[in-house]
Amino acid sequence: MNPTMIPIPSAWILYLSAVLFVIGAIGVLLRRNGISIFLALELMLNSANLAFASFAFRFAGASATAAHALNGQIFIFFIIAVAAAEAAVGLALFIAMYRRKETIDVDRFNILRW
Amino acid sequence: MAFLSAHFVAIVFYVLAVLAVAGGVGVITFKNPVHSALSLLGTFLMVAGLFVLRHAEFLGAVQLLVYAGGIMVLFLFVIMLVNVRRLSPDAAFLSRRAPLAVLSGVVFGALIAFGVLAGSLGHPGGGATALQMVQGHVMGNTEAVGWTLYRHFLVPFEIVSVVLLVAMIGAIIFGRKDAGLEGRGGRMEP
Repeated sequence: MNPTMIPIPSAWILYLSAVLFVIGAIGVLLRRNGISIFLALELMLNSANLAFASFAFRFAGASATAAHALNGQIFIFFIIAVAAAEAAVGLALFIAMYRRKETIDVDRFNILRW
Repeated sequence: MAFLSAHFVAIVFYVLAVLAVAGGVGVITFKNPVHSALSLLGTFLMVAGLFVLRHAEFLGAVQLLVYAGGIMVLFLFVIMLVNVRRLSPDAAFLSRRAPLAVLSGVVFGALIAFGVLAGSLGHPGGGATALQMVQGHVMGNTEAVGWTLYRHFLVPFEIVSVVLLVAMIGAIIFGRKDAGLEGRGGRMEP
């Protein structure tokens, strides 16, 4: 980064991350379509990644933590890998559910609720 | 011009943040899942830009390739396999407890905001060089991430490859033609 540029406070990105996470959480609670719930879930994962990136950058300059400066980014890498696995399994589950009931409205999957 | 160059980071942040939040709102308000997915794609692109802004250039590229390129295509394929037209014949695409959902989300967001405020994270931080350091030499973010990944996180990296393999097998098994139809005799109607 060019030193003449004024950097932004870390808290800004954390606030943005919180806003995106809350939007995702509201989406998960709000929607009935299973795939839409899944999309909101991906949004939550992404906002968590954003917080990780912000913290990694924030503490990369501190001498006590500089040796592990990249751990936050490595964590994002693993989150992305696990999110890919989760998306593959989850979407396959939705296809199986759709084959069984011709719907993916999660309110219609209530056979455990007796 | 001097204002632009001095506040370049802030301007880029605001543009990306506004577009990301707009995309996020679109994800939960568009009724059609295809529109939701494309809106989420926009948010993914903005988050990739923010990764670059936080000197996670490698992760920005991974975000574009894996999320925007891979996961999004998977989502769109599944949305097209599952007949969307037949899914939402009525206007009730929202849960019956919608006000409660929004309320709990807002309360949760207020708690996070309080935590960020209490953490006094106004410090800009900054250690771009520490994020590009390989063995004491400043090289680049991709080199540094690769170096750390293969030196300090080799075992987790291998475990993640096993996780991906298991997920792939699981997805194939769930996606088989007869999956989910085993209990047909005692099939429960909605």
